[in-house]
Amino acid sequence: MSEMLVLIDHSDDGPRKVSLQMLTKARELAEITGDTVAAVWFGPGAADAAPTLGAYGAGKLYHWDSADAYGYVTLPQVEALEYLIDTSEADTLLFASSNHVKDVASRLAIRMEAGVITDVSGIELAEDGRWVATKEVFGGDMITKSTFAEGKLSFLGVSSNAFPAVESNGASPELVAIDIDLTEEAKAAQVVSVEKVAGADRPDIGEAAVVVAGGRGLGSEDGFQLMEQLADMIGAGVGASRAATDAGWYPHRYQIGQTGRTISPTLYLGSGISGAIKHRAGMQTSQNIVAINKDAEAPIFQIADFGVVGDLYKIVPKLVEELEARK
Amino acid sequence: MKVVVPVKRTPDTAGEKVIDADSLTVDREAGESVLCPVNEFSIEEAVRLKEKHGAEVTVLVVGPEEAQPTVRKALSYGLDAGLQITDEAIAGSDALGTARVIAAALEATEFDLVVFGGQSTDARTSLVPAAVAELLGLPSLTYTRYLEVDGETITVHREHEEGWDVVTASLPAVVSVVEAINEPRYPSFKGIMAAKSKPLETKSLADLGVSADEVGAGAASATMYEFAPRPPKEAGTVIEDDGSGAAAAQLADWLVEKKFV
Ligand SMILES: Cc1cc2nc3c(=O)[nH]c(=O)nc-3n(C[C@H](O)[C@H](O)[C@H](O)COP(=O)(O)OP(=O)(O)OC[C@H]3O[C@@H](n4cnc5c(N)ncnc54)[C@H](O)[C@@H]3O)c2cc1C
Ligand SMILES: Nc1ncnc2c1ncn2[C@@H]1O[C@H](COP(=O)(O)O)[C@@H](O)[C@H]1O
Repeated sequence: MSEMLVLIDHSDDGPRKVSLQMLTKARELAEITGDTVAAVWFGPGAADAAPTLGAYGAGKLYHWDSADAYGYVTLPQVEALEYLIDTSEADTLLFASSNHVKDVASRLAIRMEAGVITDVSGIELAEDGRWVATKEVFGGDMITKSTFAEGKLSFLGVSSNAFPAVESNGASPELVAIDIDLTEEAKAAQVVSVEKVAGADRPDIGEAAVVVAGGRGLGSEDGFQLMEQLADMIGAGVGASRAATDAGWYPHRYQIGQTGRTISPTLYLGSGISGAIKHRAGMQTSQNIVAINKDAEAPIFQIADFGVVGDLYKIVPKLVEELEARK
Repeated sequence: MKVVVPVKRTPDTAGEKVIDADSLTVDREAGESVLCPVNEFSIEEAVRLKEKHGAEVTVLVVGPEEAQPTVRKALSYGLDAGLQITDEAIAGSDALGTARVIAAALEATEFDLVVFGGQSTDARTSLVPAAVAELLGLPSLTYTRYLEVDGETITVHREHEEGWDVVTASLPAVVSVVEAINEPRYPSFKGIMAAKSKPLETKSLADLGVSADEVGAGAASATMYEFAPRPPKEAGTVIEDDGSGAAAAQLADWLVEKKFV
């Protein structure tokens, strides 16, 4: 029997959705293997989140509530995880497959000679006891299965919305505080300040259940006000095509596509986006796709579950009204 | 200041990607290959360091002989020298194996700053820059949307979901960049001509003192063993608006029926 570690990705408001999705999956896998599930929390807020983490599957909660954990880039978390893996029975680590967390996994894997698979959308147990990970590559064009070399620590980077988050009636986990002394190397890159931008209170497109996206067809920056109005109506995040971010109409961090974010919401609603292959590479794994475009030949319609051919400036305001009426 | 820009040769995403059924790796000859588009941004940032601080910039490519045009292409933006690591044993390396080769090449070079792309358009793991930094024992200042070098100190803005972190470190350091960092220029005609005569060195694993069994498919700690194309999507409903926006009602009905509202 061993321990599965789940690195909790959280904001100041609590655990991100992907963390509860990972715990749900870990709990399901642990039932098969007889392993235990332990959540790992860096920074303040662990005690407040504990009941929730327990409800989703954490039997234990390691937490490191020190300014050091976030005061420097990446390495504090690497050193804390290295300590945890060295001192526990852990041989599997689940982490959110998002940029900054992937860095932690990458450095830790080098240190501990572990295997890493990122962007995982499925995890199964093979007969020989190794994990088999499903991963979509080439922007979702190809679905692959991978496994770890024998005897390797297994680090699995889980995509947002790959698994449902389902509560069980798990009790609040045992809290285990850890405290480590950082090496000098870990203090080499210091976080001077954290800048938050406006709009960050809208759901992050990486984890939102619904994402409203706008493209060149919006014609100007003002079009995004309309997108935001629609998004706020249905609790969605707002994303953009590269044509729109390049034009400066919306910040780059909201770009969806091959060189932007990869999203898998339950609903993607794109307006004025043609559906170029480089855009599709970031959104075609969405469960439902809605497109509004005045050109009936736009490639986005090939992958749309529901398409409306027409002028977005006629349709979207009406849609906001219609949704208001149905509320 | 000495800067190294590791760049990758990737299949052009507009073309069809093929996985070779025997080696289970991307068949790089099946479609056209290009300089990874994300690296246009890392190259541009290096060119700006050249202009601002007189940096000397070397482009580094790990890849087969056929990757040489990628080195020349990178040089055409005005970089100073090329270094290519080519060895049959490298084939099939995972991200960590590739990082080992890049780190070994860097160890044999003088540098103050390494500028990576934030991700490659084919593998898209983003694992390589942090892994290289780990192997070299350096800070990994990844996903940078702004960077500034002042003497021995580097300040970067690392982009994340809610904004960015302002981070400082001493050189040498490893950075990776996101597209928001700059607007890449095109190579000039002069640059393209000059690239042909820029120094280009090729090294093997033996030259770097890396043993063949530390890299390649055999050393990979995780391996892909099965693949299938994504099943085609069933055609959805497409309705045409009459110009009044009335179709919005049908869309709203569909959204309600699917329980999105
Ligand atoms: C290396 C590289 C990387 C790239 N990475 C990305 C990426 O990550 N993400 C990305 O999105 N793109 C990326 N691109 C760009 C991509 O190839 C396309 O150019 C881009 O996605 C097009 O954006 P768009 O759909 O908004 O614009 P367009 O293709 O110009 O489409 C605009 C659409 O709006 C419609 N339209 C216009 N007016 C209206 C109206 N009033 N009502 C309704 N519809 C209207 C038009 O019919 C058209 O279909 C990349 C390109 C390169 C070369
Ligand atoms: N074979 C390679 N040769 C040189 N640089 C590479 C190679 N593979 C990846 N890189 C660099 O690492 C960055 C991130 O790639 P990846 O980790 O594959 O997403 C790229 O933008 C390149 O700068």
